[in-house]
Amino acid sequence: MILFLQQIINGLSVGSVYALIALGYTMVYGIIKLINFAHGEVMMAGAYFAFVVAISSRFPFPIVLFISMVMAAIVGIVIEKLAYKPLRNAPRISALITAIGVSLFLQNLTLVIFKADPKIMPVLIEKKPINIGSLQIGTVTLTTLILAIVFMVILDVFIKKTKPGKAMRAVSEDKDASVLMGINVNKTISITFAIGSALGALGGVLYGITYTQVYPTMGIMPGLKAFVAAVLGGIGLIPGAVLGGFVIGMIETISKAYISSQWSDAIVFGLLIVVLLFKPTGILGKNEKEKV
Amino acid sequence: MDRKILKNYAINILVIIAIYILLKVLMGTGVISRYHQGIIIFIMINIILATSLNLATGFLGQLTLGHAGFMAVGAYVSAMTAVALKANFKGMPDLVMLIISLAVAAVASALVGIVIGVPALRLRGDYLAIITLGFGEVIRVVINNIKATGGAQGFTGIPKISTFDNVFWITVLVVLFLYRLTHSRQGRAILSIREDEIAAEAVGVKTTHFKVMGFAIAASIAGIGGGLYAHYIAFLDPNTFNFMRSVEILVIVVLGGMGSLTGSILAAIVLTIMPEALRSFANYRLLLYSFMLIIMMIFRPKGIFGTGEFSWQGFYDRYQMRKNALLKREQE
Amino acid sequence: MNSKRLALVMALVLMLSTLLSGCGAKAEEVTVIKLGVIGPLTGDYSMYGTSVEEGAKLAAKEINAAGGINGKQIEIIAYDSKGDKTEAVNAYNRLRDQDGIIGLIGGTFSGTTLSIKEIAKTDNMPVLTPTATNGEVTLDAANIFRACYTDPYQGATAAVFAAQELGAKKAAVLYNIEDPYSEGLAVAFNEKFSATGTVTNYEGYTKNDADFKAVLTKIAAEDPDVIFLPDYVAKVGVILSQIKELGLDIVAIGGDGWDGIEADYAEVAEGHYFANHYSKTDEYEVVQNFVKAYETEWSKSPSALAALAYDSTYIMAKAIEKAGSTEAAAIISELAKTDADGVTGHVTFDANGDPVKDISIIQIVNGGHKLAAKVSGN
Repeated sequence: MILFLQQIINGLSVGSVYALIALGYTMVYGIIKLINFAHGEVMMAGAYFAFVVAISSRFPFPIVLFISMVMAAIVGIVIEKLAYKPLRNAPRISALITAIGVSLFLQNLTLVIFKADPKIMPVLIEKKPINIGSLQIGTVTLTTLILAIVFMVILDVFIKKTKPGKAMRAVSEDKDASVLMGINVNKTISITFAIGSALGALGGVLYGITYTQVYPTMGIMPGLKAFVAAVLGGIGLIPGAVLGGFVIGMIETISKAYISSQWSDAIVFGLLIVVLLFKPTGILGKNEKEKV
Repeated sequence: MDRKILKNYAINILVIIAIYILLKVLMGTGVISRYHQGIIIFIMINIILATSLNLATGFLGQLTLGHAGFMAVGAYVSAMTAVALKANFKGMPDLVMLIISLAVAAVASALVGIVIGVPALRLRGDYLAIITLGFGEVIRVVINNIKATGGAQGFTGIPKISTFDNVFWITVLVVLFLYRLTHSRQGRAILSIREDEIAAEAVGVKTTHFKVMGFAIAASIAGIGGGLYAHYIAFLDPNTFNFMRSVEILVIVVLGGMGSLTGSILAAIVLTIMPEALRSFANYRLLLYSFMLIIMMIFRPKGIFGTGEFSWQGFYDRYQMRKNALLKREQE
Repeated sequence: MNSKRLALVMALVLMLSTLLSGCGAKAEEVTVIKLGVIGPLTGDYSMYGTSVEEGAKLAAKEINAAGGINGKQIEIIAYDSKGDKTEAVNAYNRLRDQDGIIGLIGGTFSGTTLSIKEIAKTDNMPVLTPTATNGEVTLDAANIFRACYTDPYQGATAAVFAAQELGAKKAAVLYNIEDPYSEGLAVAFNEKFSATGTVTNYEGYTKNDADFKAVLTKIAAEDPDVIFLPDYVAKVGVILSQIKELGLDIVAIGGDGWDGIEADYAEVAEGHYFANHYSKTDEYEVVQNFVKAYETEWSKSPSALAALAYDSTYIMAKAIEKAGSTEAAAIISELAKTDADGVTGHVTFDANGDPVKDISIIQIVNGGHKLAAKVSGN
């Protein structure tokens, strides 16, 4: 039983990172209907920003995190303005290929600048196990969980209570109508990218600290799994991304612990195929006919 | 067929035969060394992969990011078939062995394509891209976990039966088949899906049927490409078929023009030779490729060759047409 | 538009013709002895290929300074494989046709070496790979030798060390299923250790995995004495960090993939053991001279791969010298008779072309290497 609880905690910590990244996917998809393949690389960039700031300064963890999130938000806005905006009315496949291109570009740019070998993330959070009864939770795991939940609550409040948050919901509901209502669509899209990217960076920094490394291809797998999480929860839906993230993290951990550690990736993608076959709108999604 | 089309075919076939004879003569005299011959074989395998991906992405309009995965299925199935044939039928001619192995590989890849394609292609949107991306990653896990493939240790002892002649003529046949397909009734249905799926459905095109069909054919031809690769290198391991391989094929298609077979062929030639000719440039190759993808999509989404096909006859015709059109515009 | 297309076709033709003009067999007399090196010089694994290139070049420089081979200078020509099989085949064909190499020091990885094996066999090219450890590499190929010990040999030796020197009764194995090296070691360790003890867990992961907490928690529940982690530094570092984070009390053992782990992971690797080709702290004169020369030449500490490439180049040069000609058959028969002392130990080849030599077991102590044992195989 203790072992099972321990595994649940492992699953929550993995899941919270997926959830943070999935939020970025789902927000962007909700507003411009594009799978932002480069999101995993924004997460990677966030981790590298934290790495660079941490080794070149003695700033404490909160400041490192803040700088990294702001930088990633800027990266997100720039990507949107330079690469996606010119293609807003182009065929979908052009935008998708561009997204793949941006993703590869960021990866290879990082590779050229920092080289391929993993860089060691400085110890930003002191690592020691905390005992709760006979359960053991690492400080990093605990920090990850707390930060993820705090930022999700902030996001929820932002979207429900503030003006830009409401604008975001309006644009994702109906872009043309929101223009008529006087909403600045371009600005709203930029805000969406900024928030999504900052959350991705948070995920990236936590990922880098948890696994002690940053490397150019670190965004690929978490990015893919976060996308599966977003689809599982219902793409375009913010609560769906959070739910999906935790579910995927849990499934992955449970299958590693009780089924087979080497098949866990295959199980996660098998799940994606099953979801698309039986409930393509995801757990929280409603059925909607596509409009002509 | 009207005479003009016939004439067109005749010219193209003559050009192909001329290229074949030229290459053979150059090989015979040693001007083309085995090093060059190896590169030419890789070019042709890339042509097969790129033209098949073009069917799915260029003609059908469905972004596929796991083409290397289908190549892997074909490579392994073909290799296993050939090994089994060699063990059971002693003295079977190489060519027969190759053709049977490739046929089995093509069927297997097509089946995998259908399994992947049906859930993703039923839906509108971009699910195929992400499913194929996931598939490309997972197929390696599967190959690693199956004993018959040799797992991570790799698959050795594959009959080395891909020769220049085999690969050349199979490439010609594949391209010819794709050309005929895209210019047939089915081909027009496929094109209509790319242009406007809802409109196509409205006029009675069974969109899901044609999408799955086109995708499965693309997968099966990628399998043939993989098989040829397996029988040339004679050693396989799962890491050969990674995501970067899929991206390289995609770059060829995008650069050559989505919807242009001849574009894919030319781009395959250029992009296979380029990294060989510029070895020192290796560090920046993928950076350049990704940059090219973005720039192409923003400024010239149809690729260098657009959706048009290059033919000697067409080249002349279009030249005349443009000239006439220009003259006409000037007169007006 | 038409002119653009035409320009492209022309450019293509030009490109092809420049490529073609570079060739044409030249049958000159051999004045310089050219040896090829193939390895990943760029990309994810560039550090390995670069080590091999540097080790080989250092040896060549020393040999040339001492008068070369029968008065002829050696030249090392290194081509990048990017760790890719297609590239490796192209590189090999080019080394043979364009550069006219006499022998090959390579490839660096097992995968790329296996992809050129069949072609090299047909050519009867003398091949001495410094670092390709996969069992298949030298099988049924009289022309292919290697300087490193094989994966199965190394895995079995680690098991013997765990059972005899550490007195372990229960062991867990955690390996990378996508990596032939990792799998080869794991299989051999499992087999050998099972003879005297119990393997409690035999778990795999894929190269994209970063989270090992679930599987480590599972392993910890079985309470094994040692955990065998046959992978490269980047992955092992992550696993060791998580072992520490979970507070597990377990001794880890690894293979030569751990070489250099003290640079980044000294803290989490402290007290653990790994098998290697040589120990930098070995007081043996040949080793110390090599370490000094390498540090002077390349201003960094030599990896085991560099040491193997260095030895390989010497062995190849010796064989060419003894053969007295650059004829492949003569060189191959001299390679087979090799009996030499090198940085990585005393080398003779068995019937397959695999070396028979000792394995050094190194413990990380105070962030440095300590030679814990020299285990002779079998």
